Amino acid sequence: MLEPIYAVLAVAAVIVLIIGFVVVRRRPRGEVLEPPPSAPSVTGTEAPPERVGPDDEGPGPQGPEVEVVDPMGGILAPEVVVTGPELTEEEEQENIRLAEAAELAGEAGVEELVRPSFRDRLARARSAFSGYIGSILSRTDIDAETWEELEEAMIRADVGIGPATELLDSVRATVKERQLTTSVELIEAVKAEMVERLGAPAGLRTADAPPTIWLFVGVNGVGKTTTIGKVGRRLADEGRSVVMAAGDTFRAAAAEQLGTWAERCGAELVRGTEGGDPSSVVFDAVAAADSRGADVVLADTAGRLHTKSNLMEELAKVRRVADKGAGSVTEVLLVLDATTGQNGLAQARQFTEATDVTGVVLTKLDGSAKGGIVFAIASELGIPVKLVGLGESAADLVDFDAQEFVDALFSQD
Amino acid sequence: MFESLSDRFEGIFTRLRNKGRLSEEDVDEVLREIRLALLEADVNLSVVKSLQSRIRERAVGEELSRALNPALQVKKIILEELTATLGGETLRITYASKPPTVVLMAGLQGSGKTTNSAKLARWFKSQGRNPLLVGADLQRPAAVAQLRTMAERVDVPVYSAPDDVVASGQGDPVDVAKGAVTEARRLGRDVVIVDTAGRLAIDAELMDQVRRISEEVQPDYTFLVVDAMTGQDAVGVAESFHATLELDGVILTKLDGDARGGAALSVKEVVGRPIAFASTGEKVEDFDLFHPDRLAGRILGEGDLATLIEKAEEVFEEEQAEAAAARLMEGTFTFDDFLEQMQALKKMGPLSGVMGMLPGVPKEVRDVEIDDRQIARIEGIIRSMTIRERSDPDLIDGSRRERIAKGSGTAPGEVTQLVAQFKQMRQMMQQMGGNKLAKRKSKKAKKGRKGGGRVTPKGQKQVSKASFALPSLEEMEAQLPDAVKGRGGPTGAG
Repeated sequence: MLEPIYAVLAVAAVIVLIIGFVVVRRRPRGEVLEPPPSAPSVTGTEAPPERVGPDDEGPGPQGPEVEVVDPMGGILAPEVVVTGPELTEEEEQENIRLAEAAELAGEAGVEELVRPSFRDRLARARSAFSGYIGSILSRTDIDAETWEELEEAMIRADVGIGPATELLDSVRATVKERQLTTSVELIEAVKAEMVERLGAPAGLRTADAPPTIWLFVGVNGVGKTTTIGKVGRRLADEGRSVVMAAGDTFRAAAAEQLGTWAERCGAELVRGTEGGDPSSVVFDAVAAADSRGADVVLADTAGRLHTKSNLMEELAKVRRVADKGAGSVTEVLLVLDATTGQNGLAQARQFTEATDVTGVVLTKLDGSAKGGIVFAIASELGIPVKLVGLGESAADLVDFDAQEFVDALFSQD
Repeated sequence: MFESLSDRFEGIFTRLRNKGRLSEEDVDEVLREIRLALLEADVNLSVVKSLQSRIRERAVGEELSRALNPALQVKKIILEELTATLGGETLRITYASKPPTVVLMAGLQGSGKTTNSAKLARWFKSQGRNPLLVGADLQRPAAVAQLRTMAERVDVPVYSAPDDVVASGQGDPVDVAKGAVTEARRLGRDVVIVDTAGRLAIDAELMDQVRRISEEVQPDYTFLVVDAMTGQDAVGVAESFHATLELDGVILTKLDGDARGGAALSVKEVVGRPIAFASTGEKVEDFDLFHPDRLAGRILGEGDLATLIEKAEEVFEEEQAEAAAARLMEGTFTFDDFLEQMQALKKMGPLSGVMGMLPGVPKEVRDVEIDDRQIARIEGIIRSMTIRERSDPDLIDGSRRERIAKGSGTAPGEVTQLVAQFKQMRQMMQQMGGNKLAKRKSKKAKKGRKGGGRVTPKGQKQVSKASFALPSLEEMEAQLPDAVKGRGGPTGAG
């Protein structure tokens, strides 16, 4: 057994030296993020500086390990795929409805599908949050208890103590400035402040020259693969052709899971071998999309904890390589589980550093969690929420709307 | 970046140094800081409140010993309360007298049920049992396929619905559960682990389904799988699952990240069931019984020496590390030694994580963001040195520096800096070593040290393994001045 003292000593010595080196060398950080460009043009966000070391790029034509599965190419016609046995009755109904809607709308543009409202889904669980708001509104005046309850409400919604305090401080200023006296006015001010922090709605950008590549990143178990499935379905409903890249080569059966989704929405699936290089899978998917004239590549990646530097490095490489072929990466979406607590900010920070995250997908918002960590992410890192998952079905993945989100959070009925 | 509790306390306690007793106001001020720390660790607000009141009760009027720092005394109270809340003991699994022992895994989507079912199976195997995995998640596409692959890795059979039924997505998990126990008896398996689909606690239909599965298999243990990154909602989720299933314990997953895991504390406090297992990595072996006392320190950001040493023991070659440490003390430490130790250190995970486990590292140092690119630069520089240069950095003159910089793709200034840093460290360690080495070698090490004032000395504390989890007052006392003196340490160097 290693004498503990030596272990600690060795660790400490190495750390001292590295820190000494780093502190002096450190470049000013902080301004890592630029606000996402508003124009739809894609000026491939700057790739992170090249690393020293053997990490050589070259997506290379690692052909042999990649197999292109085309569910449409075989005997299966797309119709068959859609009505396949994987569909639940509910989904089938929905399909029929979609088909009818699409027919009505014609080529000109598919009508907005029946979209679940935030209020319906968020209100499924009567939250502690709305309880606090009810209590505040039950007293007309604003008193010390009001502020305390507001803070507690925010904390319970996972906004975090720091961001909550900051948010309420600026509401305090507003209250003073506008001389608000009633709790109704106060709540409106809080809502306005929260909406403002979340920023204007930001759509998903497409590339000027196809294929458009959207990369999905996040920690384990947040719902990346499912989200891709739903986005694919949505794109397919809009009449766009989709290629899915099974970039999660780590988790057992992740490609199968994505394959099921690809079949459901008639997308093409490009997969590699288990444990293979995710960059080459994504590269091949982009090439496949290009050669078939597909519109969008949805690239899945393996879930990884943001603290695992080697895995983050791998992800940075996937991001770079995805941009090397035809088309360009216009969205890097961080998928975040609504139950995530304060660690969500650390996740957002690390994933942004590795891949220049352009937006957040907040999943599982139909549970009892409120996903308040997005406030911290939006205000500290300037990353907007772009999509939210309000339920299990494909139609439950909807565009994010800050006003609607905040209204639902505060809804009292 | 999180602040550790010691950082938060610093200001408060310098004022309290000479007080004999803590007044209510003093304690309230401390409690505010504790509240912040706990909330940042995602401890549920209600739990924070009850903890605060318990700590308050104990701390007000507490006799302050003259010899000890009041901060340490209060910290001790807090750590003890947290540890008590987390449950003092590690869960002991007892096996059903009439096999099989049935374990039911439940939780939200994405908490890690499937992966941890397989990990648990491996754990049971390591206990000499013969587990059977049951794939009752027929909802998520390919969940059963995932379980099968994982099961193959740990060499455990899987029982589930027939493939075509699984593929159809129409299978009934209750039916699967029904057949599982019989199948286990037939196969002579004495532990059955049932993996269920993830579900939201508010989904009445699915909660009813899992209740029926539970009725069918009559589990001996029902575990709720909880993601360590979960926020305030963890309590609500645990309450709902507990109301439906009567939990026996919690499996805490993804503890290998930098989440503080306050959710675990909350769940334990509210549901009253212990954290049974914790998953600390992606590999199937990264899973074991949970040690409550270690999490207390982590929640407070106080470091976790016990885990650090365990990890270090895994990755450092014993003789090599000892020899390196000895050379470090003698001042003959070379760049090659450094490189070797650095490789081992890298295996312990990201540096920030390792540093978080070292107690008493000053905040300024912990806040330094280090990414592997910078470590790679250091490595590049060293690898571009000749063997002679590595053992004798004094050799490096202008032209050698130029060559090393070119070879490693760095600037000559960086080379100079690294060499200077290295020499400085070597000198520092030598000074320390000169005083202390003899005693340490005879294993009668004294706690703490004088002189120095950098991060390194913290590692010098000789602590017995048993006391790692909750450092004794003396040990904490020994740490704290370091943290204070350490300011302006490495940050100011160079």
